[in-house]
Amino acid sequence: MADVVYAFINTPILLRALLVGILVSLCAALLGVSLVLKRYSMIGDGLSHVGFGALAVAAVMNWAPMAVAVPVVVAAAFLLLRISGSSRIRGDSAIALISTGALALGVMAVSVSGMNSDLDSYLFGSILAISESDVVISVVLAVLVLVLFVFFYTKIFAITFDENFAKATGTKAGMYNMLIALLTALTIVIGMRMMGSMLISSLIIFPALCSMRVFKSFRAVTICSAVISVVTFVAGMVISYEFGTPSGASIVCVNIACFAVFSAVGCIMRRNRA
Amino acid sequence: MEQEELIKVDSLVLSYENMTVIKDLSFDVKSGDYLCIVGENGSGKSTLVRSLLSLKKPVGGTISFGGGLRRSEIGYLPQQTGAQQDFPANVGEVVISGCLNHMGLRPFYTERERRLAAENMERLGISDLKKRCYRELSGGQQQRVLLARALCATKKLLLLDEPVSGLDPIVTAEMYDLIKGINQGGVTVIMVTHDIAAAVQQASHILCLRHDSWFYGSTQEFLADSSSDFMRGGAENG
Repeated sequence: MADVVYAFINTPILLRALLVGILVSLCAALLGVSLVLKRYSMIGDGLSHVGFGALAVAAVMNWAPMAVAVPVVVAAAFLLLRISGSSRIRGDSAIALISTGALALGVMAVSVSGMNSDLDSYLFGSILAISESDVVISVVLAVLVLVLFVFFYTKIFAITFDENFAKATGTKAGMYNMLIALLTALTIVIGMRMMGSMLISSLIIFPALCSMRVFKSFRAVTICSAVISVVTFVAGMVISYEFGTPSGASIVCVNIACFAVFSAVGCIMRRNRA
Repeated sequence: MEQEELIKVDSLVLSYENMTVIKDLSFDVKSGDYLCIVGENGSGKSTLVRSLLSLKKPVGGTISFGGGLRRSEIGYLPQQTGAQQDFPANVGEVVISGCLNHMGLRPFYTERERRLAAENMERLGISDLKKRCYRELSGGQQQRVLLARALCATKKLLLLDEPVSGLDPIVTAEMYDLIKGINQGGVTVIMVTHDIAAAVQQASHILCLRHDSWFYGSTQEFLADSSSDFMRGGAENG
């Protein structure tokens, strides 16, 4: 164990990945509680595919990846939110439409330019993709997400629990929904390089679902999600380093194990009470 | 005490999905009133509630607020949606979220909000449920929690949308008693209900919406009004 710690501390790439990853995991877990409870999990998934499309096109055109991906994904987030909010269009199929469409565009762009080797790292993530400038942007965005989340925590609870009541008593629910969508979009763009666009939404969904098995208050679920998220991320990174497995998939596997444990604990707690 | 006019509705026209459901509706609610809104399905009850809460713009006419009542100060008890069925939140968290409307941009609750929440839980007899999970409560307990939340949001006016639907008769009676008590404590109540018999028993005023017309008046006037017969049981008139 000691040599793993030593290796992480002495390898700048690993250290960078660890720093960015911990921040992204925290953001994803906090937002995830609200997204899962509002039945918006699919938005996270859709956004990551849009992010993939944007990154691929940016790479082919030789544009700065973050500068393209951030505005595109934020715009997509607002669009998806509107679609989910309107009763006229079937929200889930519209999201599938947009996300697979963006994915296909990205794959086309990458294959036309003949950069197939990069495709793998976009889809499934690679800690080597994180450059020093990425670290700066990621840290700034992640801190922004955390500060805004803490500052608006009470409002986020209110609109997540009962949007109609919140609106009726003067909380600008539309604005806070947009805030959540914006923060989610930022988190996904930052996390995508490491987790890959196929797997980033697991960071949003798994911790929230795990803690909902066991905890019964919004605050406890939120805090527990944050802890689970960071712990599973670090564990996944260590496994990835030790066994040479892809980082994103390793982290998701730890999350699956975590989900199994929390489900079991939840079951036992329910049985004991009954 | 002189009764202040809290809400004045004047020649209101409301539509639902481009169909006019309410035409030329006028009534007013004075402080201390207990108004029941009754009517068939599709007569526009929910649309009226949404526009009283400023969630929906009227097509015509006006809704004005008086007596120092602000739009965001209506304590609202929404219809049960089932959306919160698997929501992890404890009773304390739900009740205190009713205080948000007078906090502005302030991010955290202070002692004042905690005390208000505690008072209202005490008032509705749910203090011992404070740490319990909302989704594990019975229907009647859940309604008490939402009622406490609504009381945190207002000192003047409660708007209750079908507060007893899905409750058994005993719990329904308890709920009506609670609401009556709150009204006698000085809070004006507007309640939407299907239950005409209870409305007549509880309310001081009745607004009855029909597809083509409406009736508004005191409960005595409503009982005397022949057009209310069909609502009490059309059999009498054939």
